[in-house]
Amino acid sequence: MSSQNHIERQEYNITVYTENQIGLLNRIAIIFSRRKINIESLNTSPSEIEGIHRFNIVIHETEEVVRKICGQIEKQVEVLKAYYNTNEDVIWQEMALYKVPTEVIAEKALVERLLRENGARVVVIRKDYTVFETTGHREETDNLIKVLQPFGLIEFVRSARIAIIKASDGFNRKLREFEKREPHQEVVENEYLNSRDKVFTM
Amino acid sequence: MKQVTSNTTTPVAEPKKEVKSLSGAEALILSLLEEEVEHIFGYPGGAIMPVYDALYDYNDRVEHILVRHEQGGIHAAQGYARSSGRVGVVFATSGPGATNLITGLADALIDSTPLVCITGQVYAHLLGTDAFQEADVISITAPVTKWNYQVTNADEIPEVLAKAFYIAKSGRPGPVLIDITKNAQLQKFDFAGCKRCDHIRSYRPKPLVRKEYIEQAAELINKAEKPFVIWGQGVILGSAEQEFKAFIEKAGIPAAWTIMGAGALPSDHNQNVGMLGMHGNYGPNVLTNECDVLIAIGMRFDDRVTGRLDKYAKQAKVIHLDIDPSEIDKNVKTTVPVWGDCKETLPMLTQLVEQKRHEAWLQKFKDYYQQEVDAVIREELFPTSDGMTMGEVIQQLNEITGGEAIVVTDVGQHQMVACRYAKLNHTRSNITSGGLGTMGFALPAAIGAKVGAPARTVVAVIGDGGFQMTLQEMGTIMQSNIDVKILILNNQFLGMVRQWQELFHDRRYSFVNIQSPDYVQVAKGYGISGQKVSEREGLKAGLQEMLSHKGSYLLEVMVTRENNVFPMVPQGCSVSEIRLQ
Repeated sequence: MSSQNHIERQEYNITVYTENQIGLLNRIAIIFSRRKINIESLNTSPSEIEGIHRFNIVIHETEEVVRKICGQIEKQVEVLKAYYNTNEDVIWQEMALYKVPTEVIAEKALVERLLRENGARVVVIRKDYTVFETTGHREETDNLIKVLQPFGLIEFVRSARIAIIKASDGFNRKLREFEKREPHQEVVENEYLNSRDKVFTM
Repeated sequence: MKQVTSNTTTPVAEPKKEVKSLSGAEALILSLLEEEVEHIFGYPGGAIMPVYDALYDYNDRVEHILVRHEQGGIHAAQGYARSSGRVGVVFATSGPGATNLITGLADALIDSTPLVCITGQVYAHLLGTDAFQEADVISITAPVTKWNYQVTNADEIPEVLAKAFYIAKSGRPGPVLIDITKNAQLQKFDFAGCKRCDHIRSYRPKPLVRKEYIEQAAELINKAEKPFVIWGQGVILGSAEQEFKAFIEKAGIPAAWTIMGAGALPSDHNQNVGMLGMHGNYGPNVLTNECDVLIAIGMRFDDRVTGRLDKYAKQAKVIHLDIDPSEIDKNVKTTVPVWGDCKETLPMLTQLVEQKRHEAWLQKFKDYYQQEVDAVIREELFPTSDGMTMGEVIQQLNEITGGEAIVVTDVGQHQMVACRYAKLNHTRSNITSGGLGTMGFALPAAIGAKVGAPARTVVAVIGDGGFQMTLQEMGTIMQSNIDVKILILNNQFLGMVRQWQELFHDRRYSFVNIQSPDYVQVAKGYGISGQKVSEREGLKAGLQEMLSHKGSYLLEVMVTRENNVFPMVPQGCSVSEIRLQ
């Protein structure tokens, strides 16, 4: 059974649109911890709409679990909408910083070539160290660690993942639909009724 | 960072109303009055003193009931909300006052009970300093509240309170906690009148009703040969009892209830086939795995209802009506989800279903019931052996009340017996801790239930274990002169645990042998009359005395020590593996 689960489990990108409210991060985080699910990556940022925040959360789970988790997240009063997508459905990036002794880079042409091949950009050059930056998928940023390790990598840090949903046509329009519909309004004859996926279900 | 968005509320008062300078505490009381709050259950303390000071001037407009423990306060507010359909309101102080609410919050969340709890908090400048009676109440209560919010500025109070009530009672109801720092209670601000909240941008209390799903559901029901309705508290929370009755009567479908749904349809209704779940009736459990269409209304497929999930109603098409979209497909895969408030969706469904009578199918439930009578019920309600059974006490109670009373139960064997056998003529008559299973719930909840429904008789059925958890609330009964009939079913054991130890742990009775004080003497100390009945001969007279007594009364009935509750679906078994003995 566990091997079967293993096959079904994969990375999912959860995108949550929320109000900007103290304590909401905790409310979202405990939905995962209550079910003993590890959050692989979590990023919060403003969204394209003023006043609305966006969470990008990555977990490794089955779709069944992810779907239920999203239902629980959407139940939070200050959450507008939660989506989940596989890695194929999103464009995603992570950013990494690497601190390397400057003398090594200055002396060894090989390092310069490796950095160039890995698409690293210089952020800061000092006499004692240089900081490089790359963005990309996990394998790419991981790869550069391996490359730099023999040359005295001093420090490494990687950001959380940010992801754009390929199929989404923006939250802006949905939010406007969302706001214009009064909660007590009769919605049975609503024009969106038969458009299933396009309908807000909160 | 923090915002209570201004687009969420609209001022109720006319715009020209004059602006007064008020303290946050007074604005809080005015906001409660605006929400038509008439009763508050609470306990004062240092960090909520300004609120109590403001309350002093409004004693004529709102009744505060002083409880003996904050847990008692919140359970009382739950009982109040459940009997009246209104929002229960609780006051508690910071630190231990607030942490004592946790059990009640968890109970109210899992049982969808609308509450607004106001807790005091240390001064804002002391937050995070480990100040006296400081606890991180917002973080602690996050998993057990529908919404919570910390107020540090008095001018937030009218809007936050309006929002709190709106969230607590709309959609799937639940508990809300507002934590107010002492400086915000004391602070004067320009009070421009109370607010009302009827809309929050990010919050959809009701999902869209999708007509195509109603049509699909009706089609399934119309084609069904063995349709079966199972209902829960959603019918009561949605005040949809009439709509529900109309639906099952037109479609002629047998209907069974979860413990939280009890009373939404009178016990003696011809199509009411009994209780679901671990200690539910025989027929409803067995036939769940025989029906062809299972129509779940306002219930959430709790594990105590479904038993083993992978053997639950696998043969059936499942229609699930629920207001909470996250409940759909959570435990049981749905064929047709009917999202929405059942008060709206049931009439739509009723309109589309054909008038039918499933006589033979209904008879099947009755046949199973007869088997259950022969194997369990007759001996439980009319025992031929010496010792008194819990069932016969409930049966005698039914005969005297005629099913008119509100029955509040605690948790354990007596709860299962009372819920199985209590006759309920009206909705909002069964108040119990269903989801959380909180021992100690019944006495305070009964106090609240009586305050919420003063015209009705309230009987609290409690075991000897649970009663000892919150018996201090007899002090509340004494002081506030609340008429609660306390019926203790004393088997001198923590009976349900003992039953499991007998059945599943080789009768190794580990710490279930609980001693009781002389309850009649304890009650007497609180000015509550009572008596103890140890012999069957005295039972009827004892119950009559209890019910006819003016004011509260405690009746302790000594029942057989080692009786088991049957039928039973053992944990990990399918509902069709229900055991009659």
